[in-house]
Amino acid sequence: MIYRETGQFKAHYQDDQALFPIDQDRYVIFGVLFVTFALVPYLLNEYWLNAILLPFLIYSLAALGLNILTGYCGQLSLGTGGFMAVGAFSVYKLMVAFPELGFIPLVLLSGLITAAVGTLFGLPSLRIKGFYLAVATLAAQFFLIWLFNKVGWFFNYSASGMINAPPMTIFGVIVTGPEANGVAKYYLVAGIVAVFALAAKNIARGRIGRNWMAIRDMDIAAELIGVRPLVAKLSAFAVSSFYVGMAGALYFAVWLGSAEPTEAFDINQSFLVLFMIIIGGLGSVLGSFLGAAFLVIMPILLKNIMVDGFGTDSALAAHIEIIVVGVLIIGFLIVEPHGLARLWRIAKEKMRLWPFPY
Amino acid sequence: MSEAAIATSSKILLSVNNIEVIYDHVILVLKGVSLEVPEQGIVALLGANGAGKTTTLKSISNLLRAERGDITKGSIEFEGERIDKLTSAQLVQQGVIQVMEGRHCFEHLTVEENLLTGAYTRRDGNAAINRDLELVYSYFPRLKKRNRAQAGYTSGGEQQMVAIGRALMSRPKMILLDEPSMGLAPQLVEEIFEIVERLNRDEGVTFLLAEQNTNIALRYADHGYILENGRVVLDGSAAELRENTDVKEFYLGISEGERVNFRDVKHYRRRKRWLT
Repeated sequence: MIYRETGQFKAHYQDDQALFPIDQDRYVIFGVLFVTFALVPYLLNEYWLNAILLPFLIYSLAALGLNILTGYCGQLSLGTGGFMAVGAFSVYKLMVAFPELGFIPLVLLSGLITAAVGTLFGLPSLRIKGFYLAVATLAAQFFLIWLFNKVGWFFNYSASGMINAPPMTIFGVIVTGPEANGVAKYYLVAGIVAVFALAAKNIARGRIGRNWMAIRDMDIAAELIGVRPLVAKLSAFAVSSFYVGMAGALYFAVWLGSAEPTEAFDINQSFLVLFMIIIGGLGSVLGSFLGAAFLVIMPILLKNIMVDGFGTDSALAAHIEIIVVGVLIIGFLIVEPHGLARLWRIAKEKMRLWPFPY
Repeated sequence: MSEAAIATSSKILLSVNNIEVIYDHVILVLKGVSLEVPEQGIVALLGANGAGKTTTLKSISNLLRAERGDITKGSIEFEGERIDKLTSAQLVQQGVIQVMEGRHCFEHLTVEENLLTGAYTRRDGNAAINRDLELVYSYFPRLKKRNRAQAGYTSGGEQQMVAIGRALMSRPKMILLDEPSMGLAPQLVEEIFEIVERLNRDEGVTFLLAEQNTNIALRYADHGYILENGRVVLDGSAAELRENTDVKEFYLGISEGERVNFRDVKHYRRRKRWLT
């Protein structure tokens, strides 16, 4: 059908090694990027950008990070909320201390700080596996939140324990704080997510990614052929925490504007991001986005349809929404236990073979 | 069981009719496999890696679903009744049990506990189960000696014996045996096949076994099916297959004069494809 690589001849080795070797995939990606950057900010209103697309993109980044660790390297982590808090508090301290550095470098720096913290908490993974590792990372979650709650230095001894993002500008446009407008915030976040999603796809298919997947599929066999578990696992923790830390920084500074650790970064965040990658598809960049869309955009849409469309009472709608989302999660996992990304892969394979069934 | 005996007991225990198996919705593995297993016979499924032997056994015992496989065409009958819709657990109650490739013992249980789990579906009381335990021990004296050892710490041969013994404990009519010789020393392989033959003769258990080792399988089986690329290309009594020149050439490694290149005999497979 349309999705078939017949007639696309690769004349150079580079063509074959391209990130998207099939033309159709490339067109789709360009199309998505075009829609994301050129159409969406002008077609959708402030509410859509601020309340729906911003959290979707930020959670996608966090899911991408956790997917690197859990989906690609097979190390189960329940510390995502804690690591997001590290990113948020790092960017807060940096914004207050070094505002002259500019917002994007500060976000990257806070990602690096989170990477260091994540690597530290990844050390137990060398001895502990599976469920036990999940419990060990749970310790990270509780310890970090406790730390940000109790140690005044982190929240600059503010009376409420809350942190507030000071306004910062990029090229003269305000992107954080209450005065920032939706389009600017959207462009900033979408840009960062696009760059790092492509980077993740690139890392995952290269040598490091292969090492991670080898560790995931059979750690003993990987070790036997010379993959060093120490390097592979800790690098997965580092890269994953870098992504999660950036997501945490954007979550606090761009989306929420102010945050309080026990509320914004509690254990539910860890579970939410974990469910995103399970529903979206472990070990898939696309899956991280699909999972985030499923758990962020769909509940909001459902609620809006019920409240605005059918005039349902909003409290009742909230309950129905929880029920419907729960049923859909179970339904999707029964239809496709390997996540939404797998459905897409099967669909692609079917399109290639069409009109033949196999 | 001799050839003559098979001819007289014409009752077909298991028949697989033209099944087609697709993995992951897109990969066609079995392209119409049919076979019949007579009651109290030993039938061997032979073929190279990836020919479809294991898939055939798994489609009979209904394990495909777990590996994202699906039977899209054909039917499987056991004692004249369709069994395609039964789960693996229900099949055990019907009397069909599979011994998987690579053994899969419960490694943290002792040898004896492993054997006793095999009797899970039995409803005829402890006395009968203990009698059968003794029976299994009489076939595998080695297991008796090691009955308190953790299965994970026994040797490969012993684990294969545990797996077969465990299957026997469910009092099956038929055992699907996948690669019993895998990873075992030649002498042990001989020993295992000896026991298979005795079980078949003395206990009346029917066997369908998938095997790479054509030589030994054809010595102990009554009938053989040769699979290539998901199709049955040749079948016949074990004696006939042993004498077939192509089987000799490609599966037994006995050549008459010049070595024949597999590529030159392709026509044979093509011709066969139209017939099956």
